[in-house]
Amino acid sequence: MGKENKLSANVKRGLSNTGKDIKEIGATFTEGDWKAKLSFLVMGFGQLMHKQFLRGILFLAIEILFIYYMVSFGAQYLSKIGTLGTQATYTDKSGVIPVTVYGDNSFLILLYGILTIFVVVAFIYLWRVNVRQNRDIQKRLAAGRHLPTGKEDLHSLINENFHKTLLALPNIGVMVFIVIPIIFMICIAFTNYDAEHQPPSALFSWVGLVNFKNLFSLGSAGFGSTFFNVLAWTLVWAFFATFLNYFLGMGVAILINKKGIKFKKLWRTILVLTIAIPQFISLLYMYKMFANDGLVNNYLLKLGLIDAYIPFWANATYARILIILINIWIGIPYMMLMATGILMNIPEDLYESAKIDGANGFQMFMKITLPYMLFVTGPYLLTSYTGNLNNFNVIYLLTQGKPTSMSLTGGAGYTDLLITWLYKLTINDTNYRMAAVLGIMVFVVTAVISLVVYRILPSVKDEEGFQ
Amino acid sequence: MAKETKTRSRSLHNKVSNGITYVVLIIMSIIWLFPFVGLVLQSFRSYATEYGGMVSYIIPKAFSLDNYTYLFSEECSFVRWYTNTLTIAFFVAILNTFMVLCVSFALSRSRFKGRKFLMQFWLILGMFPGFLTMICLYFLLKQFGLTQAGAIPGLILVTVASSGMQYYVCKGYLDTIPKALDESARIDGASNARIALTIILPLAKPIIIYTALTAFIAPWCDYVFASYVAFGYGDSYNVAVALTRWVWTNDYQGFYTRFCAGGVLVAIPVTILFMCLQKYYVEGVTGGAVKG
Repeated sequence: MGKENKLSANVKRGLSNTGKDIKEIGATFTEGDWKAKLSFLVMGFGQLMHKQFLRGILFLAIEILFIYYMVSFGAQYLSKIGTLGTQATYTDKSGVIPVTVYGDNSFLILLYGILTIFVVVAFIYLWRVNVRQNRDIQKRLAAGRHLPTGKEDLHSLINENFHKTLLALPNIGVMVFIVIPIIFMICIAFTNYDAEHQPPSALFSWVGLVNFKNLFSLGSAGFGSTFFNVLAWTLVWAFFATFLNYFLGMGVAILINKKGIKFKKLWRTILVLTIAIPQFISLLYMYKMFANDGLVNNYLLKLGLIDAYIPFWANATYARILIILINIWIGIPYMMLMATGILMNIPEDLYESAKIDGANGFQMFMKITLPYMLFVTGPYLLTSYTGNLNNFNVIYLLTQGKPTSMSLTGGAGYTDLLITWLYKLTINDTNYRMAAVLGIMVFVVTAVISLVVYRILPSVKDEEGFQ
Repeated sequence: MAKETKTRSRSLHNKVSNGITYVVLIIMSIIWLFPFVGLVLQSFRSYATEYGGMVSYIIPKAFSLDNYTYLFSEECSFVRWYTNTLTIAFFVAILNTFMVLCVSFALSRSRFKGRKFLMQFWLILGMFPGFLTMICLYFLLKQFGLTQAGAIPGLILVTVASSGMQYYVCKGYLDTIPKALDESARIDGASNARIALTIILPLAKPIIIYTALTAFIAPWCDYVFASYVAFGYGDSYNVAVALTRWVWTNDYQGFYTRFCAGGVLVAIPVTILFMCLQKYYVEGVTGGAVKG
């Protein structure tokens, strides 16, 4: 209930803000002089007339650039975004010499179409800023106040508007290299972009929800059973990878921190080596170590413990267990470092008084150490879990998702996570549409888990009562 | 009397439990060190007189530098790959730190309209898997000639462009620097930029080192995107891509020990750097965990 109220309140506020905006734009027009009115059409005109040259020239330049962009580039792509192109590029063989006839390219139309939509939205926003500035000029003049000069504007960028200066570059980077590509790929999920539809020779087009239906369809042609198989393993893997590392790492930290244990630094350094040495080296070495002709099998054979080599990577169950074990090898040092830091923050007198009350080590761990750790590292556990859902390196460098099986579609294997499957669909099968759908599913899974756990986290916080 | 026996039994108990702890720690150390010892040992196995592939023993029959000489020989581009990776790591470390500091300072020190929205928006963006956008990014880079032959600047660009989103740990650290410092400087007439450069920046040294260190190490392990962008163009590989290919595809030609030698050469500088700056790393990891 509360949530719904909040939502409707938000919507109401949004609507009333838009209403206010429109009213203000109207007021600027009706109450403004001819300079302000002309600014609606020629951006920066009002500013220029009031000697705010820097602002005026910038706005004017933006408008000119925008028009140039739309005419020369943007409009043609925007107009085709509904169909994603109708005419494929083909070779006309009717003449004596074959001629390549260039047509549309769905990929370009979609990408540049999205880019153009962004440019248009940005332009509308800047136009709105322009109008507001004109309104501001009118108000200030009416009140007999001073208008900021270009020099003052520039100075504000290192003072009261310093955050804008700082955030400009990171924001542009995220927009171009994260936001636009993500929107592009979300769109791909609703098209038939795959190996058979590779523009420019074969265009792709909008297909609606077909790919999503395909992902959930359990028939022999559908991705359904494979998807749920991979999803289940992804969740199980992330669970073990997170919690085993968490508790074992904490345990090791407690062991090393124990009173009377010498060479604390040495033990830590040995473990920390795993973090320092680039993962691809240690993982590939491990992969070879457990190979059929690897060291482990060879020594086991020599010692006479086994008669034939153990197919560690070819057997789905062995491979899964081994991956989790190797991940412990990787994860413990990291958790150990962190736990060491946090354990030192637990007030010593808590343990002292517990000892006087006759608590043993295990009881102290359960009543003092664990609740404290869980409280402090709750958010870390969450990010660690979602991080493990997408732990590409460990899986891909060890098994590449193998062993594969005839009963799994889309080239998936029994140790594939959603993320490695997505990668394989992209690289090996060029099945971009299913890869895109899968990417959206990864997002959904991550988002749902994050939301649910965040709801639970405050209950973890309540346990702080002992402090 | 009774008290004495109790202390004695307790000290005996302590001794036993410490003994068990030592045994556990020693076994763990062996397990943790084994792969690295094996890597080093096998890198010294002779390619010429023994074999470069998989063998059934760990200690080479005769130690030789065959594999290392191969890495630096004409027929192998290892030096090139190494320089590539070093270049990427160097620029990414500097530029990433710059971006992260910009974002962290703005979000930690200023309160502006849209701040909450920006943080939530980036949090949601972070939930999309990175490889989802691979083909789109590849295409974008290709437009500017930043794939294959130009893969190195391309990789730097892609990594740095979105690095602002990894501000969490750094911002958390900046939040702990008291705001009173800013206030008093502002009363003295310092601009925000001046406060950032002269007051906050020196105090943020540990977190700057942490950010730069993690940014420097990451490119050494970057396989996925690096292999995609450099696709089929050997001169643009980084060490991770090149050595992974050796293990996966050239293994039957006996490239295994060469991989070991390359791995050792990659691991040494990174490990030394890491060990020297370990203090800052621990600080960042612990702080980041507590802040979430």
